[in-house]
Amino acid sequence: MNPGASTSDRDGRLMAPGAALRILIVDQNPERASLLEEAMREAQYSDVVVVRETHGLLRRIVQIEPDVIVIDLENPNRDVLEQMFQVSRSVPRPVAMFVDQSDAATIERAIDAGVATYIVDGLRKEGIRPILETTISRFNAFKRLRDELERTKQALEDRKVIERAKGILMTTRRLDEADAYELLRSTAMSGNRRVVDVAHDVIRNLKAMQ
Amino acid sequence: MTLVPLTLGFVPLLDCAPIVVAAEMGFGAAEGLELRLKRENSWATIRDRLIVGHFHAAHMLGPMPIAAQLGVGQATVDLIAPMALGWGGNAITVASATWEAMLAQGAAAAAEPAQQGMALRAVVRERARSGAAQLTLAMVHPFSCHHYELRYWLAACGIDPDDDVRLVVVPPPYMVEALRDGQIDGFCAGEPWNSLAVAAGIAHIVTPTTAIWHRSPEKVLGMRANWAERHPDETAALIRALYRACEWCEQDQSSGELARLLARPEFIGEPAPDIARGMTGELCLAPGSPAVRLEEFQGFARHFGTFPRVSDALWFYSQMVRWKQLPAAASAAQFTARALAARRGYRPDLYGHAVQSLGVDVPAVDLNSGGFFDHRSFDPADLDRYLHPP
Repeated sequence: MNPGASTSDRDGRLMAPGAALRILIVDQNPERASLLEEAMREAQYSDVVVVRETHGLLRRIVQIEPDVIVIDLENPNRDVLEQMFQVSRSVPRPVAMFVDQSDAATIERAIDAGVATYIVDGLRKEGIRPILETTISRFNAFKRLRDELERTKQALEDRKVIERAKGILMTTRRLDEADAYELLRSTAMSGNRRVVDVAHDVIRNLKAMQ
Repeated sequence: MTLVPLTLGFVPLLDCAPIVVAAEMGFGAAEGLELRLKRENSWATIRDRLIVGHFHAAHMLGPMPIAAQLGVGQATVDLIAPMALGWGGNAITVASATWEAMLAQGAAAAAEPAQQGMALRAVVRERARSGAAQLTLAMVHPFSCHHYELRYWLAACGIDPDDDVRLVVVPPPYMVEALRDGQIDGFCAGEPWNSLAVAAGIAHIVTPTTAIWHRSPEKVLGMRANWAERHPDETAALIRALYRACEWCEQDQSSGELARLLARPEFIGEPAPDIARGMTGELCLAPGSPAVRLEEFQGFARHFGTFPRVSDALWFYSQMVRWKQLPAAASAAQFTARALAARRGYRPDLYGHAVQSLGVDVPAVDLNSGGFFDHRSFDPADLDRYLHPP
């Protein structure tokens, strides 16, 4: 996020309207891109960057650090963005799209489906601000859910590794469970490492000996 | 009789043919459907329009419903493929300069994929030694057969698809331009884009991907599961209409009528002779050279080409795991649960029910366990062993 320019805080809550958003418009059609840009400015967004070239798009996104990417639904480069977001987990940004046909039911269905990218209506300037804000808050909510899931999975995985390492120590060093854990913990503390990393070492060492 | 209107999305590629033919040749109407077609430029848009209900069904990449079921790269959505729309039709094509370098390392026109891959590996190594930039290869979408076929071939030939080359996505209509500008050194895409790159005089076809995986799966008919549940009659009618259209496409192969239909600006909008190449399997591999007949390059209805094989769904899942598109499963139970979710993406039951009245054969065993160029067998019942061979 841009320092001093983010519209949402860490929890995805929106700040007061008028806060600056950095918007990246990806469009190869210069006329449509300038129409979009103008509409953004009329909606009081001044930090707008237009990219027409798709070559080196990933690098541009990293440099520009947009809060939201706006792309036309008909733009074939939507598939390029999907790949970038898939490969580089640090790059993903909320994406808003402008399409020909859209109604409240459509947008609702998109929300129900948890689509982080937004399908929204036309270029009416009064519509732009709520659309961009909803896009960002939905994206953050989705991302938070994802991150939590990842963390939970990782914690589960870590616990399994620690259990295995404890088992190994109990057998090879004839320790009881509490002492085995204590050995892992104190080794981690003295080496300024995480218990799970020490546990990985224990398992690796056993494998090396086999 | 009033026809039921259905809107279908497609991307301008040779294998959108069954959808175009069903709409234009009356197969939809014969089943009581009025098929309205909408051309799209990206797979992401096809998927999103399906999800929000702009489309009832669509031309779709085989792995997309699987990715949707697994919630990888997007939220979990109940998309299904109740039928396939044929097999094969893809090729790997490289820029002329890369082909020259491959020739010097033992590649040959129309050679087996292993020979071509070894030559490419030598080129990749040589570039690394001399400090030249890595080769950039393009495919069409992260969840595409093209992506997995390209990676499978590279890896089996000793090229690490993540470390030794750069893989990027380029929309098929931009492939030729991207090659010409030197943005990419090669690509894996469906026809007619390989033939068009050769016709532009700037590229050589290295191998059809059906040489990498015999009769490899390709596009499917995608739809929302809850729509299919609420509209079982329309779903079955659509499957039958498309089945008939696939048969028609296959029979038409040599007459040229299909190529002329697809050449129309509202469909593919490229010259009919270039479109016809993929259908007949007679491709020009090099600029100016005579066409070569590639056996079993592409098919619509034959060899159960329209049957949605669960084993294909599971192979796609295995590749998502192999190439780390999915975070590693935290447990064996999670791995199995995901395999179940992947299975839900392909619906041979809906297919079987729909084509019953046509007297169409359904394979007795739904297992496509082999046919890979490196002779590795794939046991869909033991994914774990496939991914982690002892």
